[in-house]
Amino acid sequence: MSAAASLEKNAGITRDYLTITIADQIFGIPILQVQDVLGEQKVTKVPLAPAAIAGSLNLRGRIVTAIDVRACLGLPKLEKTNGQAMSVVVENQNELYSLMIDKVGDVMTLSPLDYESNISTLDQQWRGVCQGIYRLKDKLLVVLDVPKLLEEIEK
Amino acid sequence: MAHGGEYMDDLIVEFLTETNESLGALDLDMVRLEQNPNDKELISGIFRLMHTIKGTCGFLGLPRLETVAHRAENVMGRFRDGDLLVTPAYVTLIFESFDRIKQIVAGLEETGSEPQGDDSELIEKLDAVYEGRDGNQGNSASPASAPASSGSAAAVDPLQALFDATPVLSPDQFHTIVGVPENDPAPETIKQEMAPPPPAKPAAGGDDHGAKAAGGSLAEQSLRVNVDVLENLMTLVSELVLTRNQLLQILRAQKDTEFAAPLQRLNHVVSELQEGVMKTRMQPIGNAWSKLPRIIRDLSMELGKKIDLEMLGAETELDRQILDMIKDPLTHMVRNSADHGVEMPADRIKAGKSETGRIRLNAYHEGGHIIIEITDDGKGLPLAKIKDKIIKNGLATAEEVASMSDSTIQQYIFKAGFSTAEKVTSVSGRGVGMDVVRTNIEKIGGSIVLKSVEGKGSTFLIKIPLTLAIVSALIVEAGGERFAIPQLAVRELVMASAKSQVKIETVHGTPFFRLRDQLLPLVSLKGMLNLGADDGGDTGSRYIIVAQIGTYQFGLIVDRVFDTEEIVVKPVSRVIKDLDIFSGNTILGDGSVIMILDPNGIAKAAGGADAAEAPPDKTDQKIENMKQKTSLLLFNTGDNAPKAVPLSLVARLEEIETKNIENSSGRHMIQYRGQLMPLLPFDETVDMYDSPKKPVLVFADETSTMGLVVTEIVDITEEIVNVQVAADSKGIVGSAIIGGKATDVVDIGHYIKSSNKNWFKRHGDEAFGQESTSGRRVLLVDDSPFFRNMLTPLLKVAGYNVTTLESPLDALEMRETGENFDIIVSDIEMPKMNGFEFAQKVREENSRWKNTPMVALTSHATQQDINHGLDVGFSRYIAKFDRDTLLSTLSEALVANQSQAANVRSAGGTQ
Repeated sequence: MSAAASLEKNAGITRDYLTITIADQIFGIPILQVQDVLGEQKVTKVPLAPAAIAGSLNLRGRIVTAIDVRACLGLPKLEKTNGQAMSVVVENQNELYSLMIDKVGDVMTLSPLDYESNISTLDQQWRGVCQGIYRLKDKLLVVLDVPKLLEEIEK
Repeated sequence: MAHGGEYMDDLIVEFLTETNESLGALDLDMVRLEQNPNDKELISGIFRLMHTIKGTCGFLGLPRLETVAHRAENVMGRFRDGDLLVTPAYVTLIFESFDRIKQIVAGLEETGSEPQGDDSELIEKLDAVYEGRDGNQGNSASPASAPASSGSAAAVDPLQALFDATPVLSPDQFHTIVGVPENDPAPETIKQEMAPPPPAKPAAGGDDHGAKAAGGSLAEQSLRVNVDVLENLMTLVSELVLTRNQLLQILRAQKDTEFAAPLQRLNHVVSELQEGVMKTRMQPIGNAWSKLPRIIRDLSMELGKKIDLEMLGAETELDRQILDMIKDPLTHMVRNSADHGVEMPADRIKAGKSETGRIRLNAYHEGGHIIIEITDDGKGLPLAKIKDKIIKNGLATAEEVASMSDSTIQQYIFKAGFSTAEKVTSVSGRGVGMDVVRTNIEKIGGSIVLKSVEGKGSTFLIKIPLTLAIVSALIVEAGGERFAIPQLAVRELVMASAKSQVKIETVHGTPFFRLRDQLLPLVSLKGMLNLGADDGGDTGSRYIIVAQIGTYQFGLIVDRVFDTEEIVVKPVSRVIKDLDIFSGNTILGDGSVIMILDPNGIAKAAGGADAAEAPPDKTDQKIENMKQKTSLLLFNTGDNAPKAVPLSLVARLEEIETKNIENSSGRHMIQYRGQLMPLLPFDETVDMYDSPKKPVLVFADETSTMGLVVTEIVDITEEIVNVQVAADSKGIVGSAIIGGKATDVVDIGHYIKSSNKNWFKRHGDEAFGQESTSGRRVLLVDDSPFFRNMLTPLLKVAGYNVTTLESPLDALEMRETGENFDIIVSDIEMPKMNGFEFAQKVREENSRWKNTPMVALTSHATQQDINHGLDVGFSRYIAKFDRDTLLSTLSEALVANQSQAANVRSAGGTQ
């Protein structure tokens, strides 16, 4: 962690991302934003809330708002989770959010040389919640902009 | 602190906190001084406070503040020396300086430095008074001040020079400057410049010293703590409470664990900790009132009225968060009362009132809430004007208004933009802002009720929760989800089922419910929250939560009702804060997250917000009607013939698991609330074991309980019941037509007796000989027609000559007409006059009935009630369902009274 932190400081030569998969697309969340990774949780529905809000859950005594990232991306709901559903807990403006995603992968250290910030051709809904794209060897990794994603929901 | 914290000196921060406190105290003291102009102690107190402010300002280099404080202090100095009389004009001037100081302090707080501004006009006025050249010579108390005025022109400059030259002066020096002005202030002050300070006047100096010493010891006992620290502590304690609840929940599921004892201890400690931390957040409500005397004083000056402000219960404590939120509404309402409530002195005299109007604030605790009453004895709300306004604003038609009751009309002042003031004064417009007041109070889960009698005055009743952080809430379920509803808004719970008469009816698809004699609009929680369509009223039974927001009542249909729980309210996440329907969320004991419903939001969403003027006053009528009715619990036994028992006699309804029934010496028992409760099947048609669960009616008095097992509990109904007594059938009082069906009314006394032979032991065992009772005159007073109907035939059969009356008032009237009775049997709970009051009246010195024995009839009596009853003059206390004891007691009491009377007679004879 401390190595990653110092790298971060050194003009961002490389950055660490937690990779996640949603509907076969690989995404990255800056590792420093991640607080926790959870398995399937009991979620209390919040009636009348926007579709992107799956509900709220109790994480060690704190109330965490669960966000259905699929809904944010305009994707259909996952039919069956088989108890395998996972969430990534992030903190934003002193509040905790649990991003419900399909799968959590590894932590990857990525170089800015592979980073592309121009995503203007992307679907508008996606553009609103994504920062940019990293070119990996075999696929493209989309960086999820968590504050923007939450801002979109708030609207 | 908030803005300038980074670059603001710690000293200044300290000074600001201190000065703000002092200023609050100064306002209050000054108003008191105006009322008691000769209170030397008050004057010295105010003088000292001003002096401290001035001294600190000089030290901190705040010239503007220092100058104003100094000049005001000068004037105070003259008051103190008895040199100048305290007059309203002077007090206003001093207030003006306070205001200026506040203004400067506020600027200082914001920017960290004194704001720019010109105080010369104010200073000139203060100086004029100080030097006695304000043209108000008549106010000078001592002739010595006259020469002072002649030298005054010269005095101004040296004084000014002195302050410019010496920004830092020790308090002692200040003291002497101001302390000696009675003879010739100018030379004295000039001398001051060069000479070392002469010893301070002993009186003033000693005074000052004493105050400091006292202040010091007080300060050691209290500690200034940053509010953030307390808030954080509160949050942590809330977490702890939740964790504790979770632990206890786990503990409940596991019997015989070694954790039980330490967890119990933890439980106690956490409860105490919670209480302690809550206490740190508590502040006396007087803090929110401290500005009011000043406001009222200024208002009465401005409007030329005379107003007394009375404040009761200022020490009542409530959460500072709530305190902050009610401060402004309260101020507004008191202003309103002074401006529009209280009349001009001349008008008051014309109306036969005392010249001085009275506004009374009263705060007190009542069952977890704080009640604040604001009462004025002014002219009340002008009904005619409100009516005009309603019609003019198109809120209702003239015909509608004509049919409205007074209080319905009055509620209109809570509507937005509704002012009845003829002209809007600078002070307030009654009505303008009353809607805001209501909104603010409802925001914190409170309610406001208005009572007003034209010509007599108005009373506002505000009910608010003690704290917002932890509330008691009812947990309900709708559409498979659980929700919490703050208990504060819940009036009652009703169970409705399609089978019974208590059912939900619809008008064009909109559900309604007949709640006693009122039609209650219903909202389905499930439908409102889009948790699926409501099933309609045709299947199963559902619960209606009767909620009340201000005077607006509505019913919330839910699927299930669980328990009440103390919950810690946490704000909802930012992403869902726009949902008005939730006021927060919390974690329950079982660890699940639950949303807290906001009754205001629901009412609004249901379109009820504008219906807040729904007539609250039908209640009176309703009570009238209800008096004719009796609540009966209907149940079934094996033979399917409906049975009924007065609901007031039933302590609880329970469902027991038949596997838990135990047998002891041939009787059925069950462990119930830590006691063994005997169980009795209603009759042979009830099989105790034919299903895993059985409904049980629990009867209880202060020492014993018993359970009556029935086949099915059908309903609770309110009916006008006319019982036809069946003389022979055991266990049945008689039969009545209830809901169109012949129904047996059960004699509970019979069952209790067979369950527990000792039950009535203490009431006296065997009946006395019946022969002594024949022809005796019994007066039976009971408001419930049911009991009158039930008891009259009983007593008649026993040979008594019975007179029944509905109210003690009727009875007292009968006393005046000369009727006499041998014994009086009276209910306790009655409207208008209860049994205790009745007994007191009967036992009065000149009462013709003062020696007539009295027997109290009651459904649920505590030992306290019994003692009270015996104190006020009842000879016996009898449970309503216990007819045998009633009969035996009657004859016993009659015999006792007879022998007593005989004794009295014989005693009189020997004299």
